[in-house]
Amino acid sequence: MGASDLSRLPHIGESLRRKEDYRFLTGSGQYTDDIQLANMRYAVFVRSPHAHAAIRSVDVSRAEGMPGVVKVFTGKDVEGKMGGLPCGWLITSTDGTPMKEPPHPILAQGKVRYVGDHVAMVVADTVQNAKDAAEAVEVDYDVLPAVVDVREAQKGPGLHEAAPDNHCYKWAIGDKAQVDAAFARAAHVTTLDLTNNRLVPNAIEPRAAIGSFDRSKDEYTLYVANQNPHVERLLMTAFVLGLPEHKVRVIAPDVGGGFGSKIYLYAEDVALTWAAKQLNCAIKWTCERSEAFLCDAHGRDHVSHAEMALDKDGKFLALRVHTDANLGAYLSTFSTAVPTILYATLLAGQYTTPLIHVEVDAWFTNTAPVDAYRGAGRPEATYLLERLVTRCAWELGIPQDEIRKRNFITQFPYQTPVALQYDTGDYHACMDKAKSLAEVGGFEARKKASEAKGLKRGIGYSSYIEACGIAPSNIAGALGARAGLFECGEIRVHPTGSVTVFTGSHSHGQGHETTFAQVVAGRLGIPVENVDVVHGDTGRVPFGMGTYGSRSISVGGAAIMKALDKIEAKAKKIAAHLMEASDADIEFEGGEFKVKGTDKKIPFGQVALTAYVPHNYPLDKLEPGLNETAFYDPTNFTFPAGTYIAEVEVDPATGTVRLDRFTAVDDFGTIINPMIVEGQVHGGLAQGIGQALMENCVYDRESGQLLTGSFMDYAMPRCDDLPSFRIGNHVTPCTHNPLGTKGCGEAGAIGSPPAVINAVLDALKDLGVKDLDMPASAPRVWQAIQQAAH
Amino acid sequence: MQVQLKVNGKAASLDVPPNTLLVTAIREHLRLTGTHVGCDTAQCGACTVLINGKAVKSCNTLALQHPGAEITTIEGIAAADGTMHPMQAAFKDCHGLQCGYCTPGMVMSAIDLCTRHPGASETEIREQLEGNMCRCTGYQNIVKAVQQGGAAMASSQGQASTATASA
Repeated sequence: MGASDLSRLPHIGESLRRKEDYRFLTGSGQYTDDIQLANMRYAVFVRSPHAHAAIRSVDVSRAEGMPGVVKVFTGKDVEGKMGGLPCGWLITSTDGTPMKEPPHPILAQGKVRYVGDHVAMVVADTVQNAKDAAEAVEVDYDVLPAVVDVREAQKGPGLHEAAPDNHCYKWAIGDKAQVDAAFARAAHVTTLDLTNNRLVPNAIEPRAAIGSFDRSKDEYTLYVANQNPHVERLLMTAFVLGLPEHKVRVIAPDVGGGFGSKIYLYAEDVALTWAAKQLNCAIKWTCERSEAFLCDAHGRDHVSHAEMALDKDGKFLALRVHTDANLGAYLSTFSTAVPTILYATLLAGQYTTPLIHVEVDAWFTNTAPVDAYRGAGRPEATYLLERLVTRCAWELGIPQDEIRKRNFITQFPYQTPVALQYDTGDYHACMDKAKSLAEVGGFEARKKASEAKGLKRGIGYSSYIEACGIAPSNIAGALGARAGLFECGEIRVHPTGSVTVFTGSHSHGQGHETTFAQVVAGRLGIPVENVDVVHGDTGRVPFGMGTYGSRSISVGGAAIMKALDKIEAKAKKIAAHLMEASDADIEFEGGEFKVKGTDKKIPFGQVALTAYVPHNYPLDKLEPGLNETAFYDPTNFTFPAGTYIAEVEVDPATGTVRLDRFTAVDDFGTIINPMIVEGQVHGGLAQGIGQALMENCVYDRESGQLLTGSFMDYAMPRCDDLPSFRIGNHVTPCTHNPLGTKGCGEAGAIGSPPAVINAVLDALKDLGVKDLDMPASAPRVWQAIQQAAH
Repeated sequence: MQVQLKVNGKAASLDVPPNTLLVTAIREHLRLTGTHVGCDTAQCGACTVLINGKAVKSCNTLALQHPGAEITTIEGIAAADGTMHPMQAAFKDCHGLQCGYCTPGMVMSAIDLCTRHPGASETEIREQLEGNMCRCTGYQNIVKAVQQGGAAMASSQGQASTATASA
């Protein structure tokens, strides 16, 4: 069944209310910290108070004598007994050498490299006793100089023996010579230096994990707030602990948001699993928020120089970019892919720029590891390109929307100069719809009204593209991925015709239990209530690569569609037998199998029952049962795109920015549940606007201490900070997956930051402010106004 | 130390260390895990419960400070047959939740808000909900849910008082 047939099915395109909501709304959800196991102990980690220090000694004798303490593990206990955390993506430098991949020990070995680095794990009978004992672990540190800024990293001090200059890799894409030549003959060149500020993902559920061990079976179970339990198990067993996978079960129960930060294999998860066997008990660790600020993977943190070569009409001729990426102290699971494969390949954006060259230097610093955060690379690319494009417009005196339209790609498929091939899209349609929803025609009048109040009003555009549904495994492999990026789906039809779906995707708020059930119920012609979706448990789901990169419906949903194809094919054979017809004459529609050209028909439920009660069944040709599994490996990424328009009012006296209206028009391909999709856009916008206006992760440059270490210091968007959004969509179905879907989870976070900053700069143009880095907080905007005035 | 509470209509006698936070008493001692902990600085509001009808962040107060108090948690607002409270139903209908983690605290705050300010405007709701963080929804649908849930609460109270009057 293709995407074009899909839209005719019942439930597709309906805003069904979510099946999962009852348990969340009544307090009966089960997040990791809610789980209580028999014989459970509690772990607290002793973390480095220094950004960079040699460990002279760790004395646990006093801590181990304290009430309730079972054991204190240090680096010495794990040394030689397990590997370090692996990096999932190998980048090869431009000179052909592999990236530097220094060890990432589970508990520190001789040195700590960021504030929050793991030094010891205390296990006790209560959390309070574990905390008290953690205070009593005596660590003698020899404090070393620290570096936190990516621009300073190259000057040292070096963090790792394997990378004494802190350089992880130099990577490039595109034809430098041709790009340079295009710049030499350009009518105009626009340059821009910008920083994409570091963020803390801050899912409201802090990470938590419980390691447990069953000695009678020699089996481990890890409950963990995680976005991809099979990947967690694979990395932990194959790369760190050397355990056979069938002896380890990873369960990610209800997960309270992830946004990327729960993709990764963290040291805590490994330590708890390993220690559960050492102590023959279950051990729970629940991260506290201030601890999460220190040790969850952070996002973004790029410093870039970008140049666009244009002809006299504002057509883009060539783009040249150099980016320094901060990877933090160690390589987290996907970290190396973010500033390269997930970033540079998106720098064509929606435009026909024929020549692009991007060079990326990646550095180690004494900060928490940086990895993929909502959008991962795509927000960084979009921010750079869309800020640059607006600056080009201003320099050439062309309106912001007009310069975009002059350069939009209109012919598909379109091969970009940076590896990707876009299958489909309609960028003009999204722009036109966004302009209409945003009522840009009334902007000048609104600007005058603002001026009458002494306020500056600005409008900002951003036309983003992202590559979702990662990925074709062979392409990912060629680009350095150490894993495949397919998905698995199993459809288990029960004897009375109800269905359980097992998916390798994982829901941590996206509503898969409803969306996936809509697809299955629609295909089989059965009520949505008769379909349940199971995810997040390696003991129940055959396999899976998890949820990130907006891949769930486009890859996970496609795997389910493939399994449904198999179910339908087998069911038709059973129906043919029951109605004494040829297989080829059976049609399946509306939950009924019909013999073409006759009035003979039987319902899906009867076929299901026959499969399990095979009294009248072609046992010589078919096995009983109706249960199929499929793996789906996509042939390409999907390419959601859209245009966002922000309108802000700035008070020049205080620098306060108020987001007055925000319009987002997206092309996500086929939409299964519009309510859920719109909700995903809202959430993404809140995070993107948060980055643009308030969120910022700051380390002290001298000491390497995290200055924004709690919700008291790190400004999160609250209800009063955001307007109601104007949302629209324009659909061009994806051409290469059976659902025609493209993915919607990250768009808002990708498209919104440049729209907001472009709007702020538009508002401040008359005051002479030409540049501003995120977040556009009141003090920063006020300072920019003052500097421009003097 | 002993403390007597009335939690979701049932008497509860707890023997807890004196430094036990109310949220710990609710989650760990009473095993009512719908009330969540999202931060350690009383900023996020995931732990909000009603104490004698008023919304309070239960991570910011000790269990022993509330002897005899009537505590209502997310587990205590649906009807005995499982029918959701009008505010719970409105959150579902308006898609006012995604991961569900902040949701119990958000719903408890919303109930208090609508009890104190029936018919609150969007601006007032946005101001009043500032103490509860949601990282998933962008708040727009939460605001809608509070408006819808508040209206349903007012109408069901109206019906209840009419029923009382006619009885």
